[in-house]
Amino acid sequence: MEFDVKERFVIEPKESPKLVVDKLNFYYGEKRALKDISFKIPEKKVTALIGPSGCGKTTLLRCFNRMHDLYPGNRYEGKILLDGENILEKNYDLIKLRSRIGMVFQKPTAFPMSIFDNVAYGLRLKGIKNKGELKDRVEKALKDAALWDEVKDRLKDPASGLSGGQQQRLCIARAIAVEPEVLLFDEPTSALDPISTAKIEELVVSFRDRLTIVIVTHNMQQAARVSDYTAFMYLGELIEFNKTEEMFITPKVKLTEDYITGRFG
Amino acid sequence: MDAFTKRKIVNAVVLVLSTLAALLGLVWLFWILGTLLYKGLSSLSIEAIIGPPPSPGDNTGGLRHAIVGQTLIVLFATLIGIPIGIIAGTYLSEYGKGSRIANIIRDLSDVLMSVPSIVVGTFVYAIMVKPLGHFMGIAGSVSLAIMMIPIIVRTTDDMLRMVPPELREAAYALGATKFKVIKDVVYRAAITGIMTGVILSVARIGGETAPLLFTSFNNNFFTLNMFQPIASLTVTMYDYAMSPYKYWQDLAWVAAILLTFGVLGANILGRLIAHYKFKK
Repeated sequence: MEFDVKERFVIEPKESPKLVVDKLNFYYGEKRALKDISFKIPEKKVTALIGPSGCGKTTLLRCFNRMHDLYPGNRYEGKILLDGENILEKNYDLIKLRSRIGMVFQKPTAFPMSIFDNVAYGLRLKGIKNKGELKDRVEKALKDAALWDEVKDRLKDPASGLSGGQQQRLCIARAIAVEPEVLLFDEPTSALDPISTAKIEELVVSFRDRLTIVIVTHNMQQAARVSDYTAFMYLGELIEFNKTEEMFITPKVKLTEDYITGRFG
Repeated sequence: MDAFTKRKIVNAVVLVLSTLAALLGLVWLFWILGTLLYKGLSSLSIEAIIGPPPSPGDNTGGLRHAIVGQTLIVLFATLIGIPIGIIAGTYLSEYGKGSRIANIIRDLSDVLMSVPSIVVGTFVYAIMVKPLGHFMGIAGSVSLAIMMIPIIVRTTDDMLRMVPPELREAAYALGATKFKVIKDVVYRAAITGIMTGVILSVARIGGETAPLLFTSFNNNFFTLNMFQPIASLTVTMYDYAMSPYKYWQDLAWVAAILLTFGVLGANILGRLIAHYKFKK
């Protein structure tokens, strides 16, 4: 499909930025997957990344916690500033970065251990050994993830016994237990039924005043329901970044309009 | 005859032939088990298991030394084989993944799996028995461990690679180091599969004779000292079966029963664990 390569619309949010993406390029080996992306992700707001399959939205999300570093041959160019600090710096402490920026994946990734140990895992990694403190923080995280009432009597049971939706909320509890500043969601509901999806969306909305959230979704209604800002990506480029309401009511770029009205994608 | 009938006949013939071929494979197993039980069951007694080795011409005595020796040799082989095999398998799947050296090691390990056991035995004879001057139990354990390691390496490597990458990523995303991810998440996810591999490798080496002939040899006296020659069921069975005394030959049958059913039991246990795991 043809599109006007020049046409772009990227606003500057009035809130203070938590993450600043500055001329970011990303390469899988030789393949350039992200092209000169620049925008600011506001603090304590929900930002949705939308776009057709292969547009680079998940690739961009995985730059924020440097997940790409796990595989050889990947390369970043440009900058991503977290509170002004460039996290793409070669020697940046990834362990510290990942305890500040949490992530929830597409498929539920409950570890093969008990429900309690799953949530306590990140806390133990941070060196918290005190039993009472662990217990309190696990309980708080499970309550925040709206899972406490369902699991409080079986915290010692293996997490694999939970349903898919419960496992996903467990992963959210595990991610927020370490109190990250930013939480990344990679299509968190694409493997879930509508009721579980609604619960996850409620959680995302309930976190919006506490955390900066970036959520990748292929579901435009979901983006419209949960996010404050939306970034529309296409073929590795950022086409439009605007307040969600404005983007969905009056898209500024023709391509965005075509996509959100379902003309392609 | 129309084409349809012809197809039905061909189908029936192939079905009968393949069923017969499958049965032919099973016949030997049941023949061996049947013969073992038929010849050996009458001699199987408490005395045959816990008695000391019989003197020539005696009609009392048993396999105590061989059973204890066999257990010790296999135990030490397992103690040597498990850590090396699992750590090497972990290297192949986690640390060396995709590297040239890891692929070479994986291929060599597979080659090692098919080295004839008598070659392993003579190799250990050359590196341990000859330099140290005498046969010893631990040399037998080393040769069995050499046969176990490639099996454990292979299953560990396979099982670890079956752990979904998302699980690893999730642990990394919480700020875990590579070692933590492997220890806390990957091993836990793969533990049943690795256990199965270990048990099957024990079953595989438990009945080996050739690697022991040149290493642990045999001993008529009771010993727990792994630096002495030590009796084993396989070598004892070979010696007794070759002897002229009826009672010794009967003991050889008993040894055969114990070995076969021990190995069979280990195999079934390994498969049950695997079945239980993959059914879930």
